[in-house]
Amino acid sequence: MPSLKDLRVRITSVQSTKKITSAMKMVAASKLRRAQDAAEAARPYAERMERMLGNLAGGAAGRAGAAPMLAGTGKDDVHLVVVMTANRGLCGGFNSNIIRASRVLIRELLATGKTVKILCVGRKGAESLRRDYKDQIVNAFSEFGRKVVVFSEANVVATMITEMFFAGQFDVATMVYARFKSAMTQVVTRQQIIPFPVPAANTAGDAAMVYDYEPSDQEILGELLPRNLAIQVFRAMLENAASEQGAKMTAMDSATRNAGEMINALTMKYNRSRQAMITKELIEIISGAEAL
Amino acid sequence: MADTLKLELVSPERLLLSEQVEMVLVPGTEGVFGVLPLHAPTLSTLKPGFVDVYQGNAVKERFFVTGGFAEVTPTSCTVLVDEAIPQSNLTAAYTAERMAKAKALLDQATGEEDRKKALAALDAAEFLAQAGPELH
Repeated sequence: MPSLKDLRVRITSVQSTKKITSAMKMVAASKLRRAQDAAEAARPYAERMERMLGNLAGGAAGRAGAAPMLAGTGKDDVHLVVVMTANRGLCGGFNSNIIRASRVLIRELLATGKTVKILCVGRKGAESLRRDYKDQIVNAFSEFGRKVVVFSEANVVATMITEMFFAGQFDVATMVYARFKSAMTQVVTRQQIIPFPVPAANTAGDAAMVYDYEPSDQEILGELLPRNLAIQVFRAMLENAASEQGAKMTAMDSATRNAGEMINALTMKYNRSRQAMITKELIEIISGAEAL
Repeated sequence: MADTLKLELVSPERLLLSEQVEMVLVPGTEGVFGVLPLHAPTLSTLKPGFVDVYQGNAVKERFFVTGGFAEVTPTSCTVLVDEAIPQSNLTAAYTAERMAKAKALLDQATGEEDRKKALAALDAAEFLAQAGPELH
């Protein structure tokens, strides 16, 4: 049976925990709004870019000597898995969901005899995957997205992927990140980025539209593809940032609620044992008086 | 016959403009070209320059862009730019700052890739500097 003082100490400590979690929830809520706005603002560009590329790629993909970023290297041996996580914890199952999905993907690939290389964006993913797949991790970025996700950071990641691809270090690249749906739900998504998957509808539907190309379609494609990669990475990072804040907000909300429940239970216990002590003392006094 | 076309000007950060316009001038890599309704479908890369939006036979809005892509169809014109700055934000001080930044970038550049980027930035800054007199 804990003493009254012990109970008092515990209540105060839970109270301060509650204060911290509720403050973190507020912070996450305001960051979420900003991250969500940024993610939504970036969507038009990515969508139009995809459409443009779809139009262009529909004509170029079948042809011999098509850009390797579009057609692939013709092999399927080495896979690059880009794992995007947050830099910090305390956001519920956010990081572990992404990491679990990545592990599943990595195991699948290894089981079919592929070579796997891992690129980590975000500190948490690197920390966790390092334990099992230390040798496969080619690089890890952990300093990105401290405040807000900016395009130049996404560009660094994309440039690195492009360079690795042209150096022949992998054949297929897949991104794993959480797509933002709402503050409550984030969907862990796998997205193949190299070779770029040409939207099926465009290859057939828009064949009637014949474009003039300035300078030439190959040159435009050569510029558009790396740019598109950067945009896709940027979009994934934005979605991830919004998802992280959403998950954090939800996690902190339930932590605050749990702390509240715990305070109630502890307060009840404290009052009961205080009352029990008073009653015991009274009984002692009364029975003492009766004995005289 | 349609007398307007849908112009969309998009940068990675946001959608800058989406409206019906009469004509738009786009700085293509192989020369500035004007887009009127029913223009032939075209895809072009862009060089640093101005995107001019025409409404009622006059330039209504003007953006400085550093580069990107334009997709033209008979009914629409989509301009994807790396960076777009409305003309009202362009001042002599801004131009000078850009120039200084580009030069610093070039000094620091080590790899081939860095150098290319720095040169592109310098190109854009020089274009602005030359266009300066007609801006202010």
